Amino acid sequence: MASGEIDVAYVAKLARLALTPAEIEKFGAQLATLLDQVDVLSRLPVDGVSATAQVIPQTNVARDDEPRPSLDRETVLRAAPQREGAYFRVPRIIGEDA
Amino acid sequence: MSATLESANAVVDVNGVPYEAVMGIECHVELKTATKMFCGCRNVFGAEPNTNVCPVCLGMPGALPVPNRLAIELVVKAGLAFGAEIPAFSKFDRKNYFYPDMPKDYQISQFDTPLTQGGVVPFFLPDGTAGSCRLTRIHLEEDTGKSSHAGSRDGRIAGSTHSLVDFNRAGVPLMECVSEPDIRSAAAAVAYLEALKRTFVALGVSDVKMEEGSLRCDVNLSLRPVGAAEYGTKTEIKNMNSFNSVRRAIESEIARQAAILADGGRIVQETRGWDEAAGVTHPMRSKERAHDYRYFPDPDLTPIEFAAADVTRMRAELGTLPQTRLERLVREDGLSLVQAQQIVDTPGLADFYDAARACSGKPQATVNFVLGELSRLANERGTPVAASLVTPAALAEIVELTEANAINSKTAKDVLARVWASGGSPKAIVDAEGLAQVSDAGAIDGIVAGVLAANEKTVADYRSGKTKVMGFLVGQVMKQSGGKANPTLAEERLRAALDGGA
Amino acid sequence: MNPLDRTAADVARAVNAGETSAAAVAAAAHARIAERDPAVGAYLAETADLAREHAARVDARVRAGERLPLAGVPLAIKDNMCVAGTLTTCASRILEGWIAPYTATAVQRLLDAGALPLGKTNMDEFAMGSSCENSALGKTANPWDLGRVPGGSSGGSVAAVAAGEAVVALGSDTGGSIREPAAFCGVVGFKPTYGRVSRYGLIAFASSLDQIGPITRTVEDAALVYDVMAGKDPMDATTVDLAVEPAAAGLREDLKGVRVGIVREFGLDKLEPDVRAVYERAYADLERLGAELVEVSLPTADYGVATYYLIAPAECSSNLARFDGMRYGLRVEGADVGQTYEATRAKGFGDEVKRRILIGTYALSSGYYDAYYVRAQKARTLIADDFKKAFASCDAIACPAAASPAFEFAAKADPVSMYLMDYYTIPMSLAGLPSLSVPCGYATPPGARGPLPLGLELSAPLFAERALLGIAHAYERGTRHATLQAIPPLPSAVTA
Repeated sequence: MASGEIDVAYVAKLARLALTPAEIEKFGAQLATLLDQVDVLSRLPVDGVSATAQVIPQTNVARDDEPRPSLDRETVLRAAPQREGAYFRVPRIIGEDA
Repeated sequence: MSATLESANAVVDVNGVPYEAVMGIECHVELKTATKMFCGCRNVFGAEPNTNVCPVCLGMPGALPVPNRLAIELVVKAGLAFGAEIPAFSKFDRKNYFYPDMPKDYQISQFDTPLTQGGVVPFFLPDGTAGSCRLTRIHLEEDTGKSSHAGSRDGRIAGSTHSLVDFNRAGVPLMECVSEPDIRSAAAAVAYLEALKRTFVALGVSDVKMEEGSLRCDVNLSLRPVGAAEYGTKTEIKNMNSFNSVRRAIESEIARQAAILADGGRIVQETRGWDEAAGVTHPMRSKERAHDYRYFPDPDLTPIEFAAADVTRMRAELGTLPQTRLERLVREDGLSLVQAQQIVDTPGLADFYDAARACSGKPQATVNFVLGELSRLANERGTPVAASLVTPAALAEIVELTEANAINSKTAKDVLARVWASGGSPKAIVDAEGLAQVSDAGAIDGIVAGVLAANEKTVADYRSGKTKVMGFLVGQVMKQSGGKANPTLAEERLRAALDGGA
Repeated sequence: MNPLDRTAADVARAVNAGETSAAAVAAAAHARIAERDPAVGAYLAETADLAREHAARVDARVRAGERLPLAGVPLAIKDNMCVAGTLTTCASRILEGWIAPYTATAVQRLLDAGALPLGKTNMDEFAMGSSCENSALGKTANPWDLGRVPGGSSGGSVAAVAAGEAVVALGSDTGGSIREPAAFCGVVGFKPTYGRVSRYGLIAFASSLDQIGPITRTVEDAALVYDVMAGKDPMDATTVDLAVEPAAAGLREDLKGVRVGIVREFGLDKLEPDVRAVYERAYADLERLGAELVEVSLPTADYGVATYYLIAPAECSSNLARFDGMRYGLRVEGADVGQTYEATRAKGFGDEVKRRILIGTYALSSGYYDAYYVRAQKARTLIADDFKKAFASCDAIACPAAASPAFEFAAKADPVSMYLMDYYTIPMSLAGLPSLSVPCGYATPPGARGPLPLGLELSAPLFAERALLGIAHAYERGTRHATLQAIPPLPSAVTA
């Protein structure tokens, strides 16, 4: 189990969090400390142990294909940071990624 | 460099070496459920923007997904239709990435435990030869919202100033079908897609309308020397909005790659978007780095476990599959591929045809009526054949009467139209009203004599070489017989009288 | 007696009997909040109009002959639970001003049973914290000592009940966020088995750990609220389809025949002497009441904090992705969508939230997923298995809810030292077990204004809420730490 250095800048990009260089350093140090603590797990004998997939095992919980009332559009769009008519307005997208 | 692109295998000549095109196709198919995948909002195309939305499909704080049981069953049925395996255990995973049409900035999908695995899609190529393509898997996921891009000249992302998002489509259940790279030509690709569409429509799994977005597909395409084991570098083609687009895009890309290889260049692995108007593919903005989707099992959902009995039941509920029908119609009934496809693709028509053919025992004659006069009536009246008052048995009677020359084609059409409107037995109608075709030569001769006597000028025209007037004379015999004369016989007897007599 | 100083059972009885009206209770609550909340800061937003509306409805129903289990009971709601028409912020800038368009199922059930929604309470931002200091929108003080934290993340809910500004409150518990603050403020805080109470409408932090639970002055009140709230919800696929055996009817007066497990690894020698004495006395009280104390072992308990601080952040990093400035909440406009995401989330989230998103994203990322997330889930299996083995020889496990009483503001600046506050509560969360904290005594650390409460944590096997609440009730009744009067003596700064 690797408790090496986290590339905080890369992880922040994945998580869409803008960090200042000072923050990258601060969080880097804090997260490194946490990872050191978490490193105890590498001592646990987990061979042959299955990962907990569900706390309370259940299967096949599903619903019938029956309609339920939708929200009122005005209520929804009123909460939007920006709207244009019947749509949510969002800043321009560059390429496939956003 | 020449290319034969219409057959099952597209072979291109690259500097004298034959290369083949190798393709795999990934389809996203919107399922035909009443509601969305994880909430009860309605699943309908064309509604007013942002009216079929709720906390769940808008990704609002605190909302939770609950899966649509019917959507799960439809995917399983789709897989079973192609002989796929249904693993006993399946789960949903979160695919994490950010995009403005993603309400939660993760998509609930399936990563390593798809609902179905394997399977084979058989299809017919236009020339009637059989082909097939293996399926890798089919899994279930939710669709995203739909963005339109404002401010650019052509509505594309490039050059836009902002985007507008409609979340009606967000959360619609989506089936992703991934094929093995077994496709070898544009024709095969289209035949594959048509086979998928035909099956999904017949099963009620989806409407599969590319124009409405209920079928979207991406094609992965590479070239390699014929007989080579390794794959060439592939490109991914997107943005095709019809089967015809798919065909043209593939042909275009095969040509483009072949030209590069002929020049000694290398294919760049990239995603290319099809430009319908220009008839070419353009590279789409390449990603700086591959997405790290950080898949993990969705803790809000329970796994799906199928008992063998459930799978058996769903398999039994499939009914006769369209491909099976096609094969039987072509191989056993001797129908042409086009006829067979028309029968199978029109809802209700295949069952009707089967029943009528079983009664009449004459496939070709039956199909001629079903696809001919009966379908014409259906179009005219705006009612499907299966919903009319014509029973398969009734159609079989028409076939028998016609084949036995008991009625002529005009009578057949008239009687059919009457049965369409009021039901009943054609035989009974013909008997009751004496509509039987007059096929007795003697009776016809009598009418012929009368017609010739009443049309001396026309007779003279005929004898002086204007043989086209025969049509008019036949018509007169039909008219005098109240439409019941056997027209072939009428013409025969007319000729005999005209040529043989003075 | 002011209804705010009574138990829920008492208030409901009085309103149902016509001795008082829900409207009168609502008015008393409003006055109490005005009087005390300036010092305590339990509420982010009072919903007085809503309380009055509901009071009117309750009074009408009671007049029409209905008897409601929670008739007129003043209820405070943690601000990570959606209540239609109310500001719901999770104490975060990123949701500042957001009005929820729907109501959480658990809350709706309580409102339908007659409870009055007094307001939304303060919390650590997105439920991440153990002191309530991570709130971006307010500061809550411990009513026992205004210079100390109430605990977290359900600090506001707990302070409201302790200060008599509500009779019951709802909190949420992911790793101890109901139990730890309940211990710090001398009230009962109960986390049911995972899957017993719907999470629909609870703004998610860690999906496989979050549970809503009641914060009350007595165990009986906790049972009352639990009975109304629990049960399968079609809007939450993780709720279990198990009948809820009414816990309020299972309350017992002694512990004869009950085996209580004392965890070897949770040795009291690790605690400060005055705190240790309280717990030794608590264990002795259990015996005095008839319980047989049994030593049990949870060998992997020490791995709880590490396990939790991989799983919870991983899930939260995904759950909090939706806060992106596109559909609701804060937007900090950038040159394009990507920059808007980054600027919005940078401004909208506090440091602790950012830390957890970062560590969670890392734990799920390519190359690290197996080593971190999967391994932690395996550790979780081992921890759950340890409890199963322990419960073979006991009916409930007793231990401290927290290692010490409430600490002073800013005392735990280092994040990891804060994480260790959940040492005793995390393992039960990981195993999904029902667990509660009940007041068990006081300690007066140096510099403290006066005695500070301590909580005894009791935990039971999956779905054994009825038995657990019964045991807690017997302990509560057999000791004098919680009286029916139930309001702790408040510092004069508050009551002045």
